[in-house]
Amino acid sequence: MNASSSRVEAGTGARFAFSLRQKQVVWAWTFLAVPILFYALIRFYPTAEAFYLSVTNWNLLSKPDFIGLSNFERLFADPVFWKVFRNTVLYLAIGTPVSLLLSFTIAYHLDHVRFMHGFIRALYFLPFLTTAAAMAWVWRWFYQPVPIGFFNDVLVGFGLSQQPFLRSTTQALPSVLAPAIWAGLGFQVVIFLAGLRAIPATYYEAARIDGVSDLTILRRITLPLLKPTIIFLVVFSSIGFLRIFDQVYNMTSGDPGGPLNATKPLVLMIYQTAFSSFQMGYAAAQTVVLFIVLLAVSLLQLRLLRDR
Amino acid sequence: MAAIRITPGRTIVWLLLLLGGIAMLTPLLFMFSTSLKDSADVYDLRLIPAAPTLDNYAKVLSDGRFLRWLANSFGIATLVTISNVFFDSLVGYTLAKYRFRGRYVVFLAILSTLMIPTEMLVIPWYVMARNFGWLDTYWGIMFPGMMTAFGTFLMKQFFETIPDDFLEAARVDGLNEFAIFWRVAMPLVTPALSALAIFTFLGNWTAFIWPLIVTTSKELYTLPVGLSSFAVEQAIQWELIMTGAALATLPTLAVFLVLQRYIVRGVVLAGLKG
Repeated sequence: MNASSSRVEAGTGARFAFSLRQKQVVWAWTFLAVPILFYALIRFYPTAEAFYLSVTNWNLLSKPDFIGLSNFERLFADPVFWKVFRNTVLYLAIGTPVSLLLSFTIAYHLDHVRFMHGFIRALYFLPFLTTAAAMAWVWRWFYQPVPIGFFNDVLVGFGLSQQPFLRSTTQALPSVLAPAIWAGLGFQVVIFLAGLRAIPATYYEAARIDGVSDLTILRRITLPLLKPTIIFLVVFSSIGFLRIFDQVYNMTSGDPGGPLNATKPLVLMIYQTAFSSFQMGYAAAQTVVLFIVLLAVSLLQLRLLRDR
Repeated sequence: MAAIRITPGRTIVWLLLLLGGIAMLTPLLFMFSTSLKDSADVYDLRLIPAAPTLDNYAKVLSDGRFLRWLANSFGIATLVTISNVFFDSLVGYTLAKYRFRGRYVVFLAILSTLMIPTEMLVIPWYVMARNFGWLDTYWGIMFPGMMTAFGTFLMKQFFETIPDDFLEAARVDGLNEFAIFWRVAMPLVTPALSALAIFTFLGNWTAFIWPLIVTTSKELYTLPVGLSSFAVEQAIQWELIMTGAALATLPTLAVFLVLQRYIVRGVVLAGLKG
C-alpha cells in the first residue's frame, strides 16, 4: 500500500513536470501566433509574389500573363536600364568611401577631444535626425543659380564661375548624393566613436611605452580592432546608397531622374515603371535585379573585409 | 582621467572639428533663417534676417494642411512604434527564453526577411492593399511596418542577457507567462526598448516611398509626402518651401535637444547590436 501510494505520487509529479514544460511550449506558440501570421502574410507571401510577378506581364487590370524571362531580356536590352545601373553603382562607389573616410577622420580626432566633446558630436549628429524629403528641398535651393542659390552666390562672391549643379549631366549625380552623405555622416561618426571607445586603453598605453608612432598605432591597433565596426558601416551604408530614392525624387521632381536620366537610381526606375506606367510585371523584374545587386554587394563586402 | 596638455596641434584639430560641425549645420541654419524672411529678402543671404517675421509660418499653417500632415505623421509613427515595441519584444523574448521545437526555424525565417529590401515588397503590398481596400487609409500606410526583423533581433539579444533565475522566481511566485514577460522581463531591458522606440519612430517619421505610393488624398499624406507635394506646388517661393521643411525638421530636433543623451546612446545600441 505504501509502495503503491508513493508510485502514484511519483506519477503525478512526473505528469506535473511534463505539463509545466508543455504549458510553456503552448505559451511560446501563443506568443508567436500573430507574429508568424504577420511575417507569412506581409513578408514571405509578398516576396514570393514579387518573384512570380517578375516573370509576368501585368498592368493591374487583366490577369497576370506568364511570359518567362521576357521582362529581364527587355530590361537588359534597355539602354536606360544600363544608365540607371551605372548611376546606382556610382552612388555606392562614391558615397560609401567618401562618407566612411570623412566620418572616420572626424570620429578619430573627436575621440581625443574632451573640451566640448558632446557639443561637437551633436553638431555632426543633428542632420541624421532630419527628414530626407525636406532636406532635399533645402539642398535643391542651395544649388540654384545666382541670385537664389547659396553655393553659386558663394562661388561668385569669391570671383569663381557659377556651376549648373543639378542641371548638368555630370554634376547632378554628386549634387544629389551630397545631402545623402551629409545626413548619414552623424550616424557613422557616433558608431565609430563607440567602436573607438571599446578599444581597451591598455593597448595604447603599451604601444606608447614602446615608443610606437601615432600612425603605426592607427594602422596596427586602431584599424584592426575596429574591423567589426568598419564591416558593419560599410555594409549598412552601401545598402543605403544602393537604395537611394527620397533625395533624387525630391531634387529632380520637375524632370524625375535629372537631365538625360543623369541621377536616376534603380529605385526611382522601379517607382516610375510600377506607379507611373503601371507595368507591374516589368517593375517586379527590376526589384528582383535590385535584390540580387544588394545581396551580391553585401556578400562580396563581407567576404573581402572578413578575409583581410 | 589624465589632463590633456593643450598644444597648438590639438587646438587646430579642435578648431577644425568645431568648424566642420558648424558647416554641417549650414543647411539647417539657412533653412530656419529663410523661413523667417519676407519674400523680398530671400535673395539676401544674411543668416540673421534683417526683419524677422513669422508671416511664412502663418501662411503655411493657415489652411491647416501642415497641421494635418504633422498629426498624421505623429499618429502613424507613434502607433507603429508601440506595435514594434510590443511585438518585437514578445517575439525576441520568446525566441530567447523558451526552449521548444521549431524555435530555431522561426528565428532563421524572421532573420531571413532582413535580406529582402522594402522596394521589392512595395508592389505586392500595393496589390494587397488594393485588394483589401487599404489604399489611401492610415492602416494602409502602417501595416507593412507593424513588426520588424531588426527590432526582433535587437530585443532577442537583450533578453538573452537576463538570467533565467529571475523568470523562474516569478514562475514560483505564480505569475503567468505573459505577466512574467510584461512585468518582469520588459522592465529589465528598458535601454533596448528606448533604442528600438527611437529608431522605429524616426524611421516612420521620415519614411517616404511607401506613404507616397499608398496615399492619394492630401488629407492622408504624411509630413514628408505632404511637404514634397507642397514644394512642387510652390514652385519658386523658396521662403515658403523652407518654412515647410523647417516644420518637418523642428519636432525631431526639439526632441533631440531634450533627450540627446538617450538618443545617441539608443542609436549606438541599435546600430551595434541590431
